[in-house]
Amino acid sequence: MRSMPLKVNVILAALLVVLATYPLYGELLFPQQHDYYLQKLTFIVILAILAMSLDLLVGMSGLVSLAHAAFFGLAGYTLALTAPQYEPISLWIALPAALAAAAAAALVIGALTLRTRGVYYILATLAFTQMIYFVFHDSDFAGGSDGMFLFFKPTVSIGERVLFDLEDRTTFYLFCLGALAATYLLLRMLLRSPFGHVLVGIKENEIRIRSLGYNPPVFKLIAFVIAGVFAGLAGFLAVAQYGFANPSLLGWHQSAEALLMVLLGGMGTLFGPVLGAFAFELLHQLFAGWTEHWQLLMGAFVIAAVLLLPKGLGGLLLKLTRTRPPAGGG
Amino acid sequence: MNNSRFHTALRRACRSMRRAAISLFAGLSLTVGLGHAAEPVKVGVLLPYTGTYAALGEAITNGMKLAVSQAGDKLGGREVEYVIVDSEANPSKAPANMQKLISGEHADFIVGPVHSGVGMGMAKVARDEGAITIIPNAGFNAATGPLCAPNIFRTSFTSWQTAYPMGAVAKERGYDRVVTMTWDYGFGRESVAAFKEAFSKAGGEIVKEIYVPFPNVEFQAQLTEIANLKPDAVFVFFAGGGAVKFVKDYAAAGLHGKIPLLGSGFLTDGTLQAQGDTAEGILTTLHYSTELQNPANLKFLKDYRAAFGKEADIYAVQGYDTGRLLVQAMEEVGGNTEDRQALIAALASQRIDSPRGEWAFSEAHNPVQNIYLREVRNGRNVVVGTPAKGLADPARGCRM
Amino acid sequence: MDPAFLLIQVLNGVQYGLLLFLIASGLTLIFGIMGVINLAHGALYMVGAYLAFWFTSRTGSFWLAILLALPLTVLLGLVIERWFMRALYKRNHLDQVLLTFGLILVLNECQSILFGNDVHGVPVPAPFSGSIPLTDVLSYPVYRLFVSFVCALIAVGMYFLIQHTRLGMVIRGGASNREMMAGMGINVHTVFGLVFAAGTALAAFAGMISAPLSSVYPGIGDSVLIISFVVVVIGGIGSIKGAFLGALMVGLTATFGTVFLPELSGAVVYALMAAVLLWRPRGLFA
Repeated sequence: MRSMPLKVNVILAALLVVLATYPLYGELLFPQQHDYYLQKLTFIVILAILAMSLDLLVGMSGLVSLAHAAFFGLAGYTLALTAPQYEPISLWIALPAALAAAAAAALVIGALTLRTRGVYYILATLAFTQMIYFVFHDSDFAGGSDGMFLFFKPTVSIGERVLFDLEDRTTFYLFCLGALAATYLLLRMLLRSPFGHVLVGIKENEIRIRSLGYNPPVFKLIAFVIAGVFAGLAGFLAVAQYGFANPSLLGWHQSAEALLMVLLGGMGTLFGPVLGAFAFELLHQLFAGWTEHWQLLMGAFVIAAVLLLPKGLGGLLLKLTRTRPPAGGG
Repeated sequence: MNNSRFHTALRRACRSMRRAAISLFAGLSLTVGLGHAAEPVKVGVLLPYTGTYAALGEAITNGMKLAVSQAGDKLGGREVEYVIVDSEANPSKAPANMQKLISGEHADFIVGPVHSGVGMGMAKVARDEGAITIIPNAGFNAATGPLCAPNIFRTSFTSWQTAYPMGAVAKERGYDRVVTMTWDYGFGRESVAAFKEAFSKAGGEIVKEIYVPFPNVEFQAQLTEIANLKPDAVFVFFAGGGAVKFVKDYAAAGLHGKIPLLGSGFLTDGTLQAQGDTAEGILTTLHYSTELQNPANLKFLKDYRAAFGKEADIYAVQGYDTGRLLVQAMEEVGGNTEDRQALIAALASQRIDSPRGEWAFSEAHNPVQNIYLREVRNGRNVVVGTPAKGLADPARGCRM
Repeated sequence: MDPAFLLIQVLNGVQYGLLLFLIASGLTLIFGIMGVINLAHGALYMVGAYLAFWFTSRTGSFWLAILLALPLTVLLGLVIERWFMRALYKRNHLDQVLLTFGLILVLNECQSILFGNDVHGVPVPAPFSGSIPLTDVLSYPVYRLFVSFVCALIAVGMYFLIQHTRLGMVIRGGASNREMMAGMGINVHTVFGLVFAAGTALAAFAGMISAPLSSVYPGIGDSVLIISFVVVVIGGIGSIKGAFLGALMVGLTATFGTVFLPELSGAVVYALMAAVLLWRPRGLFA
């Protein structure tokens, strides 16, 4: 992945600062709504992590996966299932457990679905998502269609010393923001590594990569698992935020929404999906504020976005900040 | 070095500026707060307006607005502002929607939901935030059971109340072997469990419990199974679109008239027109019937029909009672929503002269009410008995 | 296990499967010939159901309602193809998935605005409103038998069309090689428009004839969407024969699943699809 133009990096850093300092000025600007906006921002940040992880598959590896919500939901459910009912669970236990569950599922589903190609691949991922959804929805071990509760957020402490009190909304928000930043940096590092180069090469020209001696399915599988783990991180935070795990976290609608964010933001840019998550949620709020038939506006917007903005907002941003054409063959 | 001193000074300046700004805003809010009495009361509404329960959401909203408009569209002398959010009967969005109404809109009251799964999500947030929440339908036992709280009220029913009395009725009618069928979610399971509790206690046998994933409405395979088991009667819980389909399919499979169909009242409430002849003879237990002859009900049915051009049903009644509750409680506190203790006490102590009969809250804030036995005759739910008078839900697990 | 019971469940499964075939056949044609994933297919089923309800309540006749509704759905199909699908042929799958997802939202909301959110029943049309007694307790609704008969008839008709007519040849050709078809002078756009309209009409017709069986209410489109995809994938994209056999398999699996494994009935159909994909990644009859 070629490095971003300096202007874009500056803009991204500025956005991060704006977001990180929101707790300071939020109370001044919106005294009545601050608490609510803080929660909404937290939610968008969590969705941004999900969308970014999906970009690794869709944008970088060319895999249109509808299974992503499965890992999102599984990690969330793992948190709800492992946490005791009347006391908080430690982050050091809960997070690795949740991520391990997501990784295991991604390994199995990835291995099975990567045997298929093209449109069959999309449908295979859809089938597995639905299967997992129905297992959670129709049986009772995790509360069935009503879902289950998490009464306390995980504790983050070493020995007796509390590092972060996640019950405090501001701390939780900053924690999620930190997770977002970490996800971005880790994924960027991954894509700049030799592994990342092979991955992008597979999307461009799989046959050529194979002729160079690499085994594409293995690379795709590893990418699938890594993406699944980060989706799991988002799912863990999502359930921690509202304390409620529910089968629709696993449903294909959730996957489709994540895809939408990737598209809106711009595939293949990694930061684009973050913009996409913001755009999607803000639009949702905007439309819902105008009319109860907001789905009509949302649907129309989605159609227009697909037809008119193929590279999404991220692509637009890149185009606007490009001062000269990139050197070399790209 | 210079940098750190500069940074400290900057931080101090920011802090004092921030403090000044906050005190300024606080001062302004206080002034605004004194004029608070003239501000409208915000009633947040979280009900389904799309999906299979949409008609229920609409009926509850209509009923509530009717009650408030009959009191001059004012609560305790203040104008009313409704903030309406579509719950989509989707439990996963419940906490976020609740937060929208509580922290975003600062609603004084939250009214909702229909679906018990949404109710679970709402109840948790309501308990955490202490928001005054009035449930106009969702009958999951937990809301006035393990999840009960002083600020949570319910003007509808519990699944237990609407199914338990049918157990004794079934045994009295001589049914010894019964098959149950319902959607596999909290409310369905609770209803069947309540029926089973009473029926087994009276000596009956539940031959099989059939569960259908919610909200599936393809019943053909299960109806075949029921016919194969040949029970004395079938007890079901279904509501809304599912209730219509089930009753029609039951008849189409030839079971109507051969194996008696019993249910909690949702099977035949708001659904009779769509069900037509196929509903004849169905016995249900519910805390209401449109055929009740008390003056409050007769007036209510007439008013509702005039206002909305539709026939009222149990959901409209519950919405209406919610509106009455708000009107009466707000009148008692003179429109003062600041003193929450007084407001909660006022809510808890109301007696509602409801179309279903007079009722008051139990300690767990659930209505103590009559349960009627209804039989569908000529397309109407005729009341043929009152198997339980002044029935209070046992509120198992509630600690207030 | 009572053999009569088993037999009746088989009947149930076949009836369900035949209905699924109607929906899935349109989907597989659109998929196979135009290479487009259409997530809005379920919403088209819903459109058919609502139109059937609306016209029946206006005219009092179910048959008249179908006669009026069918041309409307064909028109809708042509419009959707011209305005939206045509832009998607050259696009990647992600765009197709998302655009048609947006279409679902639009169609669902239009239904809510035009017809409201109440549950509506459609009376079973007169000649078929009875039930045939099968055992001393159980009867089988005649209308269900009629529906099965109609679906089977359509299946046979499609078979003949595809295998034994010129139009069928064009369709089969288009499924394998679009460029070749264009090179041979066949107007690809016209064929695509027709195929999409036909697929739409099939899905809508399925909605119309099931309306008396299920009620008409918001969300019925979503419930058929995914399962029709399962049928298409099992049968193989582009294959009518595959859609037919796949539909029967799914219908029987779903029916017996609900009876013998109620807790897993939802998952069982997808497990079947996963198994087929692993054994034959292109479906059974592609």
